[in-house]
Amino acid sequence: MVDRVVTGAHYGLRDWLAQRVTAAVMAVYTVIMLAVLIGAAPIGYAVWKDLFTQGWMRVATLLFAASLAWHAWVGMRDILMDYVKPTGARLTLQVGVLLVIAAYLAWTIQILWR
Amino acid sequence: MANVTIRKPRPKYLSLTALLFEIRLPLPGWVSILHRISGLLLFLAVVWLLFMLDRSLASEADFEAIRRYVGLLPVKLSLLVLIWAFCHHFCAGIRFLLLDLDRGVDKATARFTSWITLAASLALTAWLGAKLW
Repeated sequence: MVDRVVTGAHYGLRDWLAQRVTAAVMAVYTVIMLAVLIGAAPIGYAVWKDLFTQGWMRVATLLFAASLAWHAWVGMRDILMDYVKPTGARLTLQVGVLLVIAAYLAWTIQILWR
Repeated sequence: MANVTIRKPRPKYLSLTALLFEIRLPLPGWVSILHRISGLLLFLAVVWLLFMLDRSLASEADFEAIRRYVGLLPVKLSLLVLIWAFCHHFCAGIRFLLLDLDRGVDKATARFTSWITLAASLALTAWLGAKLW
């Protein structure tokens, strides 16, 4: 029987696949944003502010942030699984990463919809 | 004896000196570890990037303050490092996706695409850096 530890990878395809799907979402957003920004240059406050009050831009950026959150979780968890061996330390750091990611997401939503 | 072979001491254990000075990573190995390092860097930098996004959207005066802030040399250099990290993570990520699809798995192609990844991310960094300043 596989020794299942709570700080392990949960032995599934889901996170592996999620990391790749979220990567694709972020890549598409990046290319579109780059095109938009280069097309809008030079960017002053009015253009910048206007861009981030558009509905599609808010939703697209939130999708990017959500993808980043999941993607970063899988990546950071992999790093912690590779280098931090004691279960207690690993669990503490993993919880820390999750809290940071949750805070990042909350802050992003606050910036987008104020 | 006719066939004298020099035996290397085996097994070889990993140590910090071995990792730093004795084991030389092949090019795809460099792409891989830089993918990890750039990912970690980007994760840690999100708080700073969100801070700048937050300020830049707060008001016109804050926007101009951030514009001046971004013009400072240490800030510029840090941003350039992050731009490189993003470009490398992006290019290497696409390479890994292709590897997942069994494209370019043989040694010669894998080395070649590693070169392309490293060169493309540096070129993209230079281009974006030039665009920004």
